[in-house]
Amino acid sequence: MARPDTGKRIGWAAANTIAVVLTLIPVLWIVSLSFKTPAAITDASFWPSQWTWSNYSGILQTSQFIEPLLNSIGIGLIATVIAVLLASMAAYAVARLEFPGKQVLIGMALLIAMFPAISLVTPMFSIERALGLFNTWPGLIIPYVAFGLPLGIYILSAFFREIPWELEKAAKMDGATPFQAFTKVIAPLAAPGMVTTAILVFLFCWNEFLFAISFTSTIGARTAPAALAFFSGSSQFTSPTGPIAAAAVVITIPIIIFVLFFQRRIVAGLTSGAVKG
Amino acid sequence: MSTESRTATISAAQQAPATRRRQRLSEGARAERRLGWLLCAPAVIVMIAVTAYPIAYAVYLSLERYNLELPNAVKFVGLSNYGAVLSSPYWWHALAVTLIITIFSVAIELVLGMLLALLMHRTLFGRNTVRTSALIPYGIVTVAAAYSWQFAWTPSTGYLSALFGNGAPLSHTGQAIGVIILAEVWKTTPFMALLLLAGLSLVPEDLQRAAKVDGATAWQRFTRITLPLMKPAILVALLFRTLDAFRIFDNIYILTKGGNNTGSVSILGYDNLFSALNLGIGSAISILIFICVAIIAVVFIKGFGTAAPGTDTGRR
Repeated sequence: MARPDTGKRIGWAAANTIAVVLTLIPVLWIVSLSFKTPAAITDASFWPSQWTWSNYSGILQTSQFIEPLLNSIGIGLIATVIAVLLASMAAYAVARLEFPGKQVLIGMALLIAMFPAISLVTPMFSIERALGLFNTWPGLIIPYVAFGLPLGIYILSAFFREIPWELEKAAKMDGATPFQAFTKVIAPLAAPGMVTTAILVFLFCWNEFLFAISFTSTIGARTAPAALAFFSGSSQFTSPTGPIAAAAVVITIPIIIFVLFFQRRIVAGLTSGAVKG
Repeated sequence: MSTESRTATISAAQQAPATRRRQRLSEGARAERRLGWLLCAPAVIVMIAVTAYPIAYAVYLSLERYNLELPNAVKFVGLSNYGAVLSSPYWWHALAVTLIITIFSVAIELVLGMLLALLMHRTLFGRNTVRTSALIPYGIVTVAAAYSWQFAWTPSTGYLSALFGNGAPLSHTGQAIGVIILAEVWKTTPFMALLLLAGLSLVPEDLQRAAKVDGATAWQRFTRITLPLMKPAILVALLFRTLDAFRIFDNIYILTKGGNNTGSVSILGYDNLFSALNLGIGSAISILIFICVAIIAVVFIKGFGTAAPGTDTGRR
């Protein structure tokens, strides 16, 4: 390929810069707001004139934020573990076994991936109240597992199809026990797919909002995004803009770091189900 | 793995049980069946418990007059809840708002997503930086991003409001819908771009070069080669994003709470449950939204020939 001329290089550089700036501005804005003093919140400037940690120290001292944060972590982790476990079992069956009803399972997972969550809110609200699941961790974990499963089944069955399963037989021929063949040969090959699935399911749970505000009523089970919407500030006389911004940053920054760290896995997972089919 | 070879494997696999069934099932095949069902059972049970059962229950609730404030006045009323919803201007207004948001945000995302995908695919340098920064909107919690947009457009707080003469777009219906679309487009364009990028990488480089040698301009190469070859990827991305946009809730809830006639059908359903406490009407709305989503999915899959992801009969 010929060396590209300067004009082209400048054009691409400009396009790159625009793309990066557009993705960053709303994030920088909420970070900037979170460092503004209550008086400076209403000066409408993009950067704070004085920087303060008071919004952060305020929200980290109130159980209105800490408890929902712990709920988010707990509910997200438990739902992720269960969803990955159940999806691995189903995906192994889809990728490796012949049984009638396989197409029904795939169709069902697809239907759920397209399902309008709001359609479930009214009946689930009623069911959860009757079963005593309303405003409890399981009351959110169960629907999160159900909506994480289709994603998990797609990604994992695509991964499992690519695993050279003959290696298992080869390992057994070489004298490995079935348990050794599984833990030493198959598990390491399956792990990347399971990690990818776990990341995407956890992101879904962390981000979910509609169920979180519908099936909870107190900070006993409310997750962080839902708590944000009910935020009233650290005292009732201060405007909650600064604390909301700080809380938004606290729930966002770890996830952004996490996403950037696992970016290859996430991109592979997002596109494997959708495009390769 | 190429699509054709996978399709071939799958169709061979599909024929296998048919031939096997004609003979008597061997012990091994029967054990395999049992194991397959056993492994799928937990996933199937959870999915049915959380979706099929509640939807069936919603159908039942939608036929009753059921207000949580009047628990003793529950009564079977047939289809009259549907009549009440379908004759209400609120439903049609919410549906119109939802369709406007869906159509505009998906159309804008398709164009911007394609530009971003081309940028990530073709740029001469800084490819990883662009790809990395594109993942930020995807990773950010929707509610947090929505607050960022809300504060940005709040008069005397936001930089965007200050930039546009201290305007308050969130208190005007049309402008507020514009801000909602902006927030939605910012958040989901990267997802669209990643799906399109995967499609772009399937377009053979040789074909592009051959067309270039034959004198095709960059635009001709894009419209005559790239786009037709990317059609499956584009349709799948459109299907996903259209269904997703139709369900829009988080952004509207934070930005306007559905005020000033900016509520989507999802906001209407939520309000009906938690403000009116009306399970009957709320369930009727749930079922109507479910039907709308089903129509969109069927139109895409039948009308445009989208191979639904995961199905084996893809016309690619």
